[in-house]
Amino acid sequence: MFTYTLRRLAFAVPTLLIISFIIFVILDMAPNDPTASLPLTIPPEVRQQIRDALGLDQPMPIRYFKWCVQFFWNEPVNLIEQWTGWTIGDSESRLRVISWQTRSPVVDLIAERMPQTLWVVGMSYVVGILIAIPIGVISAYKQYSWFDQFGTLFSMAGFSVPTFFTGLLFIVIFSVNLQWFPSVYDTTHRVTDWDSFWFQVRQMIMPVMVLALFNASQISRFMRASMLDNLQQDYVRTARAKGLRERAVLLIHVLRNSMIPVVTVIALGVPQIFGGAIITEQIFRVNGLGQLLIVGIQSADIPLVQTLTFIFAVLIVLFNLVADVLYGILDPRIRYD
Amino acid sequence: MRLTHLLGTAVVLALGASAAMAERGADGQLNIIYWQAPSTMNPFLSGGTKEVEAASMVLEPLASYDQDGNIVPRLVEQLPTVENGGVAADLTSITWKIKPGILWSDGTPFTANDAVFTWQYCTHPEGGCSQSSYFDGVTSVEAVDDLTVKVIFAEPKPYPYTAFAGSESPVLQAAQFADCLGAKAPECTDANFGPIGTGPFVVTDFKPNDVISLEANPNYREADKPAFGSVLFKGGGDAASAARSVLETGEFDYAWNLQIEPEILTQMEAAGKGSVVVSFQTSVERLHLNQTNADSGLSAEERSVYNDGNNPHPFLTDPEVGKALSMAIDRELLVEVGYGKTGQVTCNVLPAPELYASTANDGCKTQDLEGAKAVLDAAGWVPGGDGVREKDGVRLSVLYQTSTNSVRQGTQALIKQWWNELGVEVELRNIDASVFFGGDPASPDTFQKFYADIEMYTNNFSGADPEAYMANWRCSEIPGPGTQWQGSNIQRFCKPEYDALVDEMAKTADLATRGELAKAMNDMIIQEYSIIPLIHRGGTSAHANTLGGVKMTDWDSELWNIADWHRVE
Repeated sequence: MFTYTLRRLAFAVPTLLIISFIIFVILDMAPNDPTASLPLTIPPEVRQQIRDALGLDQPMPIRYFKWCVQFFWNEPVNLIEQWTGWTIGDSESRLRVISWQTRSPVVDLIAERMPQTLWVVGMSYVVGILIAIPIGVISAYKQYSWFDQFGTLFSMAGFSVPTFFTGLLFIVIFSVNLQWFPSVYDTTHRVTDWDSFWFQVRQMIMPVMVLALFNASQISRFMRASMLDNLQQDYVRTARAKGLRERAVLLIHVLRNSMIPVVTVIALGVPQIFGGAIITEQIFRVNGLGQLLIVGIQSADIPLVQTLTFIFAVLIVLFNLVADVLYGILDPRIRYD
Repeated sequence: MRLTHLLGTAVVLALGASAAMAERGADGQLNIIYWQAPSTMNPFLSGGTKEVEAASMVLEPLASYDQDGNIVPRLVEQLPTVENGGVAADLTSITWKIKPGILWSDGTPFTANDAVFTWQYCTHPEGGCSQSSYFDGVTSVEAVDDLTVKVIFAEPKPYPYTAFAGSESPVLQAAQFADCLGAKAPECTDANFGPIGTGPFVVTDFKPNDVISLEANPNYREADKPAFGSVLFKGGGDAASAARSVLETGEFDYAWNLQIEPEILTQMEAAGKGSVVVSFQTSVERLHLNQTNADSGLSAEERSVYNDGNNPHPFLTDPEVGKALSMAIDRELLVEVGYGKTGQVTCNVLPAPELYASTANDGCKTQDLEGAKAVLDAAGWVPGGDGVREKDGVRLSVLYQTSTNSVRQGTQALIKQWWNELGVEVELRNIDASVFFGGDPASPDTFQKFYADIEMYTNNFSGADPEAYMANWRCSEIPGPGTQWQGSNIQRFCKPEYDALVDEMAKTADLATRGELAKAMNDMIIQEYSIIPLIHRGGTSAHANTLGGVKMTDWDSELWNIADWHRVE
């Protein structure tokens, strides 16, 4: 298993390099201009100077090489310096990946956005799973009961109603009419005591629930299908024949076996958390990674978009590996060596 | 009796309001929402309006524009003019006298050297300064003494209030930015995110593209201002939800740039928590009529290329056609459908300030479809077999493009309908704004390349002097392959008489004469029908009813007088 993981990791390096190059080429070929969003009152000569100052006058391969050096060497070195307090080489003049729009290091921007994205989108994923698994289990165990019918309706609705609709609906009901929750997420809020914690909960409820309903509807269907498969198996009949309590049959034997494919689905969905939720973040102004990406795209901030998409690519490759390894752990019959 | 009573109440209220303002920071926190989030606090590194406005709470220019477009002194004692000797008689220099005793927020004195440094910073060839056009024609900026700044121009400058006037040309602190010149500018992240300024607020925390926290500047020059102790400046989302957070939920006190359907805005305002404010500057939504042939069958060297007048448009160079197209439009209806109180009908490409606004073309304000048909009939354009008018084998068929935006597509549809009624065939097209305005010389879809017969967008100019703006339509400004499609004369209008007027304006200092010249230029463009103005567009914002002191302006930053904002009951 360990050598398998190492081999997969080694394979990931060239894959990721190729991905980074493809992202760079696509972004370079796309019609975008970092000065396009500026007011028309700024004359073209000034626009050209801005583009030159950003390094856009250099040919594409040189810009790609520079990005590689900055991202794969300068940024990690900088990170090590920050953690350890050492000084490695000439840290003053080391070029980091600089966002064109904010003129600040991209990695710092990402680090700043990480907490709210992990809190809101991550929490919604956890809540989604917590809702989905019981629904899936009960729906399968009592197939075609009223609960199952309701669960099907719930997941169909959750899956097909877009988050920009549920988000707005929540705001109109809970912020405008009932005035229970704030419609704008305050990213400067710090949790220091119970009151501020309660405020944090209140401002998180709406975005978390909008996303959780969406996630739950997907996962509950997987859970139900997988449970139904296993309930038909011979080992379930054997377990019952041995006189095991129905509770033990269901929650120990069937549930564990049914979790194998569901865990894979859950693991493969984790990179999406880091990708943020572009629409939901916009609606509630959570301003996490999703909003960072969309703002970067709108203003043609290529270093930012390139770095973010590449980090997503790394996470996807990584969590594919995690899913495969988890498979082996959950199901002892699967061995890769 | 009743009136005096009311007046008395008003006086008491006013006294109450001013009493509440007596102390700095007494009114607590001010919450502002800009649905486009600022990405930096250094307006020289980003020309975007959102950054300029956010920075205007911290950085200040020497002079500002008030809500009527008048220039007013800010960090200087008085406005330099030829009369008071502040502007040299030969118009080649302007001398600003800084008010004594102004401090930066770190407590150090504000001096003329800071202005000199700002000029060096913004004109550094490797810096890519977005506001460098404010220093166009400036040969040097000198510190005569600690409180005297002299700006020297290469040529006589009849309108000298460019450098250090308005929120787009503020003064940076020399000490803070000394190591940030040229290519090093973007590396000074701390300075760019938290500039030291003379303005009423100081940045305490800056999260790019998200939120800015500010607190009152302890060294602000007026001891009792600002009334607010802190500002939370949130960004992101969309215009409609920003409006909602002020007008319906009341979470925020001020929301900027609310370009949303007028009926939605009116509905939100009815909730009674806040009010919508509009200010008109010089933005005009207009149609540009291509004066060159944009036929898709032409080669890249010919299509929409001026070629010294040898490639004219088959029919749009005929003013009678343009006149008919303009007469067929019901501008009132366009305003009603797409703009509400944020738009006004206009017949000029230069609608303001009042001094420069012509009244010669006001006939366009009412639609006259029958008259338009008569104009075309008289000019020999008669309906053909399919109802489309033609003359000598040329059909009146136009490709009409604009950027993708629901209001613009609504306008397009209405205009198409009227033109069809007139006997003009219209094909509509819309292009994503980032491509349309992107200026990529390789793209066929930019507004500069103008591979269409008619295109629609909004333009304006900053400040209150139209000289540079009117110079946009000189013959030499026509875009073409020779200039990488750069140039501001988008409709390819060329008239030697017009260029002569531009040259004359550049030499004229007298304000009234400048007004006459600007009007003459405006009328020439309009009456040749190379531009058909449609709507004078205003900036729209909303503020809570509990926020007082807002003087909405479109001439400068909307936050230009934030030091005077205060809480009212």
